Amino acid sequence: MTGEVVDDLFRRDSGRVVSTLTRILGPRHLALAEDVAQEALVRAIELWPHRGVPANPSAWLIQTAKNLAIDWLRRESSLAAKADDVARALSPAAMTPEVVDDQLAMMFLCCHPEIPREARVALTLKTVCGFGTGEIARAFLIQETAAAQRIVRAKRLIRERDLKFEALDEKLPAERKESVLEGLYLMFNEGYASAGDHLLRSDLCKEAIRLAGLLADHATAGGPECDALLALFLLQAAREGARVDEHGDLLLLEQQDRSQWNRAQIAEGIARLGRSAQGERVTRYHLEAEIAALHASALKFDEAHWRAIAEAYALLYTIHPTPIVTLNRAVALARAHGPHEGLKELEKIEHHPALERYHLLPAALAVLWREAGNEARAAEYFDKALALECSAPERRHLQKLSGRVTQEPSGESSLCRPISPSTADL
Amino acid sequence: MNQYILMLHHEPKVFHSDDLGPQQLQEIYNKYRAWRDRLAAEGRVAGGNKLDDTTGRVMRANGDGKVHVTDGPFTEAKEVIGGFFVVKADSYEEAVRIASDCPHLAYGTVEVRLIQV
Repeated sequence: MTGEVVDDLFRRDSGRVVSTLTRILGPRHLALAEDVAQEALVRAIELWPHRGVPANPSAWLIQTAKNLAIDWLRRESSLAAKADDVARALSPAAMTPEVVDDQLAMMFLCCHPEIPREARVALTLKTVCGFGTGEIARAFLIQETAAAQRIVRAKRLIRERDLKFEALDEKLPAERKESVLEGLYLMFNEGYASAGDHLLRSDLCKEAIRLAGLLADHATAGGPECDALLALFLLQAAREGARVDEHGDLLLLEQQDRSQWNRAQIAEGIARLGRSAQGERVTRYHLEAEIAALHASALKFDEAHWRAIAEAYALLYTIHPTPIVTLNRAVALARAHGPHEGLKELEKIEHHPALERYHLLPAALAVLWREAGNEARAAEYFDKALALECSAPERRHLQKLSGRVTQEPSGESSLCRPISPSTADL
Repeated sequence: MNQYILMLHHEPKVFHSDDLGPQQLQEIYNKYRAWRDRLAAEGRVAGGNKLDDTTGRVMRANGDGKVHVTDGPFTEAKEVIGGFFVVKADSYEEAVRIASDCPHLAYGTVEVRLIQV
């Protein structure tokens, strides 16, 4: 037996094969690209236990998929000409710049503005990241049939509207990139903030970071806003391990063991944030990354720290005016200037329809009313918060807060997490 | 030591399910690999291979003296022999024990036969 198989080999190579074959065959043959990628993996599981792992497993998988595609195309006379294109492409050399381009271009196709927003991430995960339908369903906490439906509908749209696999050059309109950045943001946030399976969530974050890295380093498709988005991901992911204690319970920022923060990742995030400052336009990703950097680099959480955060949120509100931003700003204001400042800010959004079912709004109100010395109001809002849907660790956290009057309440873990786009974009 | 053949029967296309994404397929592969590596480390593996699922033919002599050929194995059998391992064991019981933790049991059946010498 030779060669070690890295944990995500099948996923990675599946994404590469699907992307490159989709370029060659055209998006209308996406299903064929997926079928041969899958078939190559099945051949591997049937053959490798007997023969051992090939010296270069990636090259073997890609070669096998390519041969399968060629066989199929030769049988379909209308597509026979394409067989030669396939034969020329997909060189076994593992990661050529072309293969990187293909994965990015595939992501641009999956996040095409003509595809419904909720299907974009699902399709990207399926084709570029090699996620199964079941995993996608678990990541989004939806039924598997619903996940499959989303993907099928998106593929049908690609065919019906004849969406193209486009080169990533200067001619690509800006809104196409916006849509990809938004898709990556959703992917990361789903991994970072959802209540699903822990391992799967961490895979989502890793994939979002990997693809954001490919995009940010791409000569024509990259740019300051991509660096900013990547910085945001790195800075949030760096603190991921310290967000919960050994029982899976949420820890407040001030309680987190900072020795568990990933210093190297924080440094990388700060460096990316520096690079992102080269542009002329400040995007929401710049500001959110800056806030994350403030959290990750602060030595202590004094008033000055919270003032800086509140200011960053105020700026963010000017370009991304959502009630969630206001909510986060209110918490920072309360930390900087006392609970009444925060409550004044929260009044503005207390009856906002988009936040009707958002448990963190009553949770913030409860915490701040308690700090202001009004236990009765606090209890009322804790009840409201607990009546709404939230993840199990968040629920335990809220229960702990509501039951223990002595607990020193504070921001981050429950209140200053990244702005949930699922709510913000309602 | 005797040699035993472990024939891996399964339904055609058992791994061709939409539910099995790349990660699940890799996990399946890892199980087979771990099982085989353990046997190899114990010096029990004598051979094995995959059989092609797509080109089988079944030949049968008809009463009239002619040989009748049908496409197989799909059309003839619900299950195919997808592959086999040859293992060394001291007794049939031991061979059965080896087969009993073969990951293939999750996807099909394993037939254990002594190879007569």
